[in-house]
Amino acid sequence: MREFQVIGNSGILALPTTRRAAVGAIALAAALSLTACGTSGPGGSSANSSKGLTMWALTDQTILKDSVDAYNKDHPDEKITLRLFANDDYKQKLRVAFGANQAPDIFFSWGGGALDDYVKAGKVDTLTDAQVNLLRFTPSVLKSATFDGKVYGVPANGLAPVVLYYNKKVLKGAGVEPPKTYDELLAAVKKLKGDGVTPISLAANSKWPTLMYLEYLLDREGGSKVFDGIASGDAAAWKDPAVTKANQKLQDLAKAGAFGDNASSVSYDQGASTALLYTGKAGMELMGTWEYANLVKAAPDFVKNDLGYVAFPSVSGGTGDPKSIVGNPSNFLSLNSSSKDKSAALTYLKKYVLNDEQVDAYLAAGSVPPVNKLESKLAAVKSADDKKWLTFVYELVQNSPNFQLSWDQALPSDQADPLLTNVDKSFLREIKPEEFGTNMSEAAQ
Amino acid sequence: MTAVVRTSRPVAAHKARPGPARPVRRRVGGLLMAAPALLLFGLFGLVPLVGVLVLSLTHWDGLGSLSWAGLANWGSVLADDATWQALWLTLKVMVVSWLVQTPLALALGVFQAPRGRLRALFAVLWFLPLLLSAVAIGLTWQALLDPSFGIGATPGLHWLAQPLLGSPELALYTVIFVIAWQFVPFHALLYQAGLRQIPVSLYEAAAIDGAGPATRFLHITLPQLKYTFVTSSTLMLVGSLTYFDLIYVLSGGTGGPGTATRVLPLAMYITGFQAHDMGRASAIATLLVVFGLGLSLLTTRLSGFTRMDSQQEGM
Repeated sequence: MREFQVIGNSGILALPTTRRAAVGAIALAAALSLTACGTSGPGGSSANSSKGLTMWALTDQTILKDSVDAYNKDHPDEKITLRLFANDDYKQKLRVAFGANQAPDIFFSWGGGALDDYVKAGKVDTLTDAQVNLLRFTPSVLKSATFDGKVYGVPANGLAPVVLYYNKKVLKGAGVEPPKTYDELLAAVKKLKGDGVTPISLAANSKWPTLMYLEYLLDREGGSKVFDGIASGDAAAWKDPAVTKANQKLQDLAKAGAFGDNASSVSYDQGASTALLYTGKAGMELMGTWEYANLVKAAPDFVKNDLGYVAFPSVSGGTGDPKSIVGNPSNFLSLNSSSKDKSAALTYLKKYVLNDEQVDAYLAAGSVPPVNKLESKLAAVKSADDKKWLTFVYELVQNSPNFQLSWDQALPSDQADPLLTNVDKSFLREIKPEEFGTNMSEAAQ
Repeated sequence: MTAVVRTSRPVAAHKARPGPARPVRRRVGGLLMAAPALLLFGLFGLVPLVGVLVLSLTHWDGLGSLSWAGLANWGSVLADDATWQALWLTLKVMVVSWLVQTPLALALGVFQAPRGRLRALFAVLWFLPLLLSAVAIGLTWQALLDPSFGIGATPGLHWLAQPLLGSPELALYTVIFVIAWQFVPFHALLYQAGLRQIPVSLYEAAAIDGAGPATRFLHITLPQLKYTFVTSSTLMLVGSLTYFDLIYVLSGGTGGPGTATRVLPLAMYITGFQAHDMGRASAIATLLVVFGLGLSLLTTRLSGFTRMDSQQEGM
C-alpha cells in the first residue's frame, strides 16, 4: 500500500480551517509588506556611520562620477562614497531612506515638488552664494530648486529642455517642412501619414512623454502664468479654459493619427521611440535634450546626415510666448541637513560640481551645462554637429522668458500619479478635454 | 468511487492514532518544533499586519511625523471608484487566469507524466519560465510585444503588430497571458507529480473491466487528481491577489494604459510609494488582506480541503 501524497498535504495545510486561513492571511500581509519594502533597500549606506560622505545619484551620471573621483583623489581622508541607482525607483528609495534617517549626505533630485517635500520636512539645508558660488548658474534653472526665495540645490548636469527632433529624409520624402506652428504640425501629420510613416514617435506607455505635449500646448495657449497658478497650489487653476484647449489640441493630434496606432504600447526605456525616429519609421519625436546623446550612441550616421531639431511650434491665437520652453532645467544636488560633515560636502558642491573640467566634459558629451558665459567654450567645440546642437540648446535657453519644470516633477508628489493617469486618459480619448481639468482640480484639493 | 473510498478511512485512521497517554508530550514537542516558524511569522507576519492596520488610521507622507486620521483614509478609499475598479480588475485577473491556466496545466501535466526522453526534454523546456525572475519576463515580453520592433515585425506575423500592451481593451488580457506563460509550467509540474502518484493497479483493474482511455481519464485520473486540483487552484487564486511585479514591469510602473491594468496591489504601491500617502495605501493593503482571508476561507470550505482524506484507502 503506497501512501497517497498531495503537495502540501502536511504542515500549514493540515491545520484546522480557520487557523489556516489566518496563517494564510498573515503570510499574505507579510508578502504585502515585502512588496512595500522591496524598494527601500539602501543597504546599509547610513549617512552618518563613518567618516566621509555618502552621495546618491542615477546610474547614467558618469560625468558626476568622475567629479567624485577627482574629489576623492584630493581628499583621501574624507572620501565621498557614491551610490548609483536606476532611474525608475530612485525617488522611492530616497524617500524611504529619508523617512528612516538613512539618507545620504548629498542627494540628486529633479528639484520641484519632490525636493520641496524634503525642504518642508526640514531635511535639506539652504545653500548660499558664499557657500557654493551660486552666481555662476543660469538663474532660470536655479528657480526649480528655489523655495521661498532660498536655494536648496546646485545644478549638477546639463540643461534638458524638450525639443522637436525630426528625420530630414522622412520629412523631405513627404514634402514637409519642419513645422513652425501647430497648424503646420497638423498639416505635416496628414502628409506624413499619407506617405505611410508614423508622423510622430511617442512612447505613450511611459506616460511622461505624452505629458510633454500638454506642457507645451498649455504654455503656448495660455502662457506660463496658468501653470504658475496651478503650481502655487490653486486647485481651481486647473479649470482654466486654456487647460481644456490644450487637451483639445492633444486629442486633435491623436485623432489625426499623429502618433500612429501603436504609441500606447511603446515604452521609452526600451528605446523603441528613439529607434522609430532614426530608422525612418517615424518623422518626428518630441523629447528632452538627453535624446541627442542617445541618438549619437545608437545611430551616429543618422545624427550626421538626417537629424534635425526645432523648438516646439507656436499656437495661433495662444497668448503664450513661443520662446518659452518646458523640460528639466537640470538635476540638482542638495545637502542633507543632518549630514555630519557639511563643510566637506560644501567643498564638493562649490569646487567640483560644474567646475571647468566638468563643464568641458558635459559639452563633449553633447550636453549644455547650466552655467553663464558659455559662448567662448561653445565656439571652441570641434565637432560641427555638436557645436550646432549645443549652440541651439544654449540659445534656446538663453532666449526663453520661462523655463517650466516638467509638471510631474514640479507638482507635489501626491499629484504626480493622477496627473500622468489623466494625461494618458486624455491621450487615449477616454476622457473629454474638459474633464482633464475637472479631474485634476479634484486631485489637487 | 471516492465516496466508497472515503467511508473506509476512519477505521484506518483511528488505528494509526497514538494512545491516550501521549498527546500532551506530543503537543509540547510539536510546539517546540513550530516555535521558530511561529516566531518568524509573528515578527514578519503579525507585527507588520498590526502596523499596517494602525497606519491605515493615520496620515503619513513617509517623511514627517504621523498624525491621527481616524477613519478618514478608509472613507476616502472606500468611496473612491478607483479602488473598486482595481478590485474588479484583480478579480478579473484571478478568474481569467484560473480559467486559462488550469486546463493548460492539466493537459501539459498529463502529457509529461508518462516517462520518456522526449517528454522529459519538453518538460525541461516548459520549466524554463519558472527559472526567470518576473522582472526579466516582463522586460522580455515588453520587447517582444513591441508593435514596431517585436515579434509583430517578423514577416508573416504582422497580425501580431498590435498595441497588445497599449490598448485599454487588450492590455489586461495580454498581462494575463504573460502571467500564464510564467506559471503554467509550475502547475503542470504539480499535476505531473499528482499523476505519477496514481497507482497503476487502478488503471489495470479498470482496463480488465473494459474501460477505455477516455473512461479511465474521467473516472480514475480526474478524481484522483482532485486534491492536486484544489492545491493548484488555491495557489492560483490566492497568488493572483498579489500579482504585482510582472504587471508593474509590463505597464511601465503605472498600471496603464490609463488605469486598465491597475490591480489592487499596484494601486497600493502607487498610493504608498509614488503618491506617498501611506495611510491610504495601508487601508488598501488591509482590504487586500481581508479579501485574501475571505478567499482562502472560501476555497478551503468549498473544496473540502479540511477533510483531505486519502483516496486510496484499501489499496
